[in-house]
Amino acid sequence: MATTTKRWNDDQMRNIMGTLLRFGVITAAFLVTVGGILFFIQHPKEIFDYTTFRGEPDRFRKVHLIVSEAFNFRGRDVIQLGLLVLIATPVARVIFSLIGFLIEKDWVYVIITTIVLIILSVSLFSNYLSF
Amino acid sequence: MLIFIAILFAGALFAGFIGSLTGLGGGVIIVPLLTIGLGVDIRYAIGASLISVIATSSGAASAYVKEGILNIRIGMFLEIATTLGAIAGAAIAVYAPTHAIAVIFGFVLLYSAIVSFLKRKDSADEENPPERKSGRLIELLKVKGSYPTEKGLKNYTLRNLGGGFMVMAFAGILSGLLGIGSGALKVIAMDSVMKIPFKVSTSTSNFMIGVTAAASAGIYLNRGYIDPVLSMPVMVGVLIGSLVGAKFLIRSHTKSIRLVFAIVITLLAFEMIFNGLTKNI
Repeated sequence: MATTTKRWNDDQMRNIMGTLLRFGVITAAFLVTVGGILFFIQHPKEIFDYTTFRGEPDRFRKVHLIVSEAFNFRGRDVIQLGLLVLIATPVARVIFSLIGFLIEKDWVYVIITTIVLIILSVSLFSNYLSF
Repeated sequence: MLIFIAILFAGALFAGFIGSLTGLGGGVIIVPLLTIGLGVDIRYAIGASLISVIATSSGAASAYVKEGILNIRIGMFLEIATTLGAIAGAAIAVYAPTHAIAVIFGFVLLYSAIVSFLKRKDSADEENPPERKSGRLIELLKVKGSYPTEKGLKNYTLRNLGGGFMVMAFAGILSGLLGIGSGALKVIAMDSVMKIPFKVSTSTSNFMIGVTAAASAGIYLNRGYIDPVLSMPVMVGVLIGSLVGAKFLIRSHTKSIRLVFAIVITLLAFEMIFNGLTKNI
């Protein structure tokens, strides 16, 4: 009986995971498209040069600025929020897996998932750490 | 600017389409297209490519995660290796000279063009592999599994966890360094090294690509490699292109098309290597 409950939980986990991933990708694609349209309205003639690397300004790099700047509805800021949502989508999937393993009391995988989550957080917030 | 974006979008559509037909993924095509084709700096190209990799793999995974073929536990365990590798790869990319990255990219491209065309043998579908005493780690991780087939649930055990972990770490490094999904290498790690059934390997691999790419994309974002204007058409284009490619794949005989694309990719590979060596990138 114990195995069937676990199996059921796993199936349920998969379903929610699929929905979560789809929601993330669609939200990101929507934001990126809307941002792109805004960008063309706001900068119809401007030429950007990508042949030499300059690096992006802070408002496209730092997580908290990406989130706050997007509410000014400038095209590129909205796109960048969409890209952040996209990057966060697999992270959300890992967070959700962690919750799932906690519910199943599968401690080995709670630890494994926590490690993955820490690695992802270090990457995503590397600007706030000193390296 | 509108024309530039339109060209980018068309290129991304094409990259997504070929990427899903050949099974290489859009990233492998988008980087040479942006650098050689449009003269974009390779760091911006890698950033945009990573974005498209996350979009396609998450989009695809959302559809088949419900089928129950992929193994979430094996995937999660191996994601420790790929994410660590991805961060290391992204860190190397920050310091490595761009022409060196171009040369490495060229060789990986060349290799994957060859592998994508070779016939693959499903190692785990051979008659039941001899039962072997599984190690303590494998016991602890409960990394046995079963997946649904027409003939009911099929069980499998896996082996060589350490070897698989190492190959996965390497796949992560390449992914982070070059902005690609490196799905082929992930499949090799599971299918050939760990003897996981091919079907389980491919879907678990695709499931892992998004998390791996997110790990390096975080570094790239923080370093200012991810440009909104460049990423916008690339993400949307590759996403649509790969969806169309997946539909096309079911309907047609792709053998001859794959040969043409393998040649195209080989040419791109030589172009990357040449441009890298002459320090044009």
